[in-house]
Amino acid sequence: MLTLENITKVFHAGTVNARTALDGVNLHLKKGEFVTLVGGNGSGKTSLLNTVSGGFLADGGRILLDGENITFLPEHKRARYIGRLFQDPMKGTAPNMTIAENLSLAYRQAGDRKFQIGIGKKQLAFFREQLAQLNLGLEDRMKTNMGLLSGGQRQAVTLLMATVCTPKLLMLDEHTAALDPATAEKILRLTEKIIKKEGLTALMVTHDIPSALALGSRTIMMKDGKIILDASGEERENLTVEKLIKLY
Amino acid sequence: MSMIAFTGAVELGLIFALLALGIFVAYRILGVPDLTVEGSFTAGAATGAVFVASGRPFIGIAAAMLTGSLAGLVSAFLQTKLRVQPILAGILTMTASYSVSLYIMGGRPNIPLFREETLFTLLGRLGGNERLWRMLLPLMIVLIVGAVLGVFFHTRLGLAVRATGDNEEMVRASSINTTFTKMTGLAIANAIAALCGALIAQYQGFADINMGFGMVVVALASLIIGEAIFGRRTVIWNIGAVTVGAVIYRLILALALSFRLNPANLRAISALIVAAAISYPAIKNWWTTNGLKRRERRTRC
Repeated sequence: MLTLENITKVFHAGTVNARTALDGVNLHLKKGEFVTLVGGNGSGKTSLLNTVSGGFLADGGRILLDGENITFLPEHKRARYIGRLFQDPMKGTAPNMTIAENLSLAYRQAGDRKFQIGIGKKQLAFFREQLAQLNLGLEDRMKTNMGLLSGGQRQAVTLLMATVCTPKLLMLDEHTAALDPATAEKILRLTEKIIKKEGLTALMVTHDIPSALALGSRTIMMKDGKIILDASGEERENLTVEKLIKLY
Repeated sequence: MSMIAFTGAVELGLIFALLALGIFVAYRILGVPDLTVEGSFTAGAATGAVFVASGRPFIGIAAAMLTGSLAGLVSAFLQTKLRVQPILAGILTMTASYSVSLYIMGGRPNIPLFREETLFTLLGRLGGNERLWRMLLPLMIVLIVGAVLGVFFHTRLGLAVRATGDNEEMVRASSINTTFTKMTGLAIANAIAALCGALIAQYQGFADINMGFGMVVVALASLIIGEAIFGRRTVIWNIGAVTVGAVIYRLILALALSFRLNPANLRAISALIVAAAISYPAIKNWWTTNGLKRRERRTRC
């Protein structure tokens, strides 16, 4: 589904502050694969996600998504195929707009008209049904402004927004790191459930090694802009938290 | 305050409510305190006046709005594609538009319209009288613009524009082109500002190259007065609040003048209102922190 070919990215190139963030990364994600990505601070995890999402362009290499070359595609055009969640729960939603308005921004379909007024009854019913799945009682608060929800609730709605249109790729950048342990666990379960149900291809960055090994079917580790470990199947089953920490 | 001063203030307030709505779209919806509107206001007045002078006041209004939206597009282009800071982009466009407005007015710094057929004299001739239309026409236009804005900000595109001002990062992550939404928002804001300029020129009987000076602060003061009185709620509520705020601002001015306040002080007072309202949270915070410190000192000894 996603192929990275020899991706490089150097920040401040040509100055004394030059820093290689990505150093010839090659990666292939199969359709429906759920991959966890670990690595120390500054190892290149977020840079990798940003080159895929189009936050910045890679200096070299090629990115293919579902066979299409997206290396130079602008960020908003890629966003149609890529769902994203950030660490900061405030980043994923518009605080001064209602839950329903936020969802309708994310829920774009073929044949949408730009000047269609309001949100249709059919769409509201659909949003209600989707929100009910979160088990947070949000389906009865669709006219509430997003800014009034807790971090966990906001992250849950962001997750829904990122997946409501079934993206080709879901990228999660430490999306539970800012939440309390109980809420983080809940959001993680929800993430797993949605990925399984929709059969999504997903890439999840986490600093929580136990969940990196427990979730999904493959674990990748980065260091100094390179992939230094790519474990799946039996190799991954034999990995332990201690072994992984030694590699950091 | 005399009756004439009162109705005059309401009439001016209704026209300037348009400028406040333009600033509302730029500042409150998109989060950009767009100085371009000062330029668009003058350019709108200039364009409108030229058309009035050639006997086509209605087309003048449309042409003025087109001119304004072009200024907005230029400013948005600077902000998005060329990554100029929003304030500076506004200053640049406003400064350049001075030359454009002069060019539109054929090099003259002033176009008198006292003897021309304006919308007000035209409508007065068709029915009612001119005095009535000076109140009615601005009221009708403000209601139409307010209603169109209210509906627009609930369309898909309008929601996207609002979201851009609310959380740009999220919008970029959700397949909406923020360059396009900013262009749309600023084009609308400046078209409304230009409409205001065109109406003011016809109302007061002349267009002047310097008439836009300081208008952003005046519009911001109206916006803040409206919000202080009515609070911020839904978009439609806020549109109403800003409109009424602009009228109240003019009434306050008229009242101050009736007490023989020196008109030279008006701009300083407007700036003070805006500065005080915007810094209110910081001042309040400083005050409560100081209170806590004082209490702590007292309990210590």
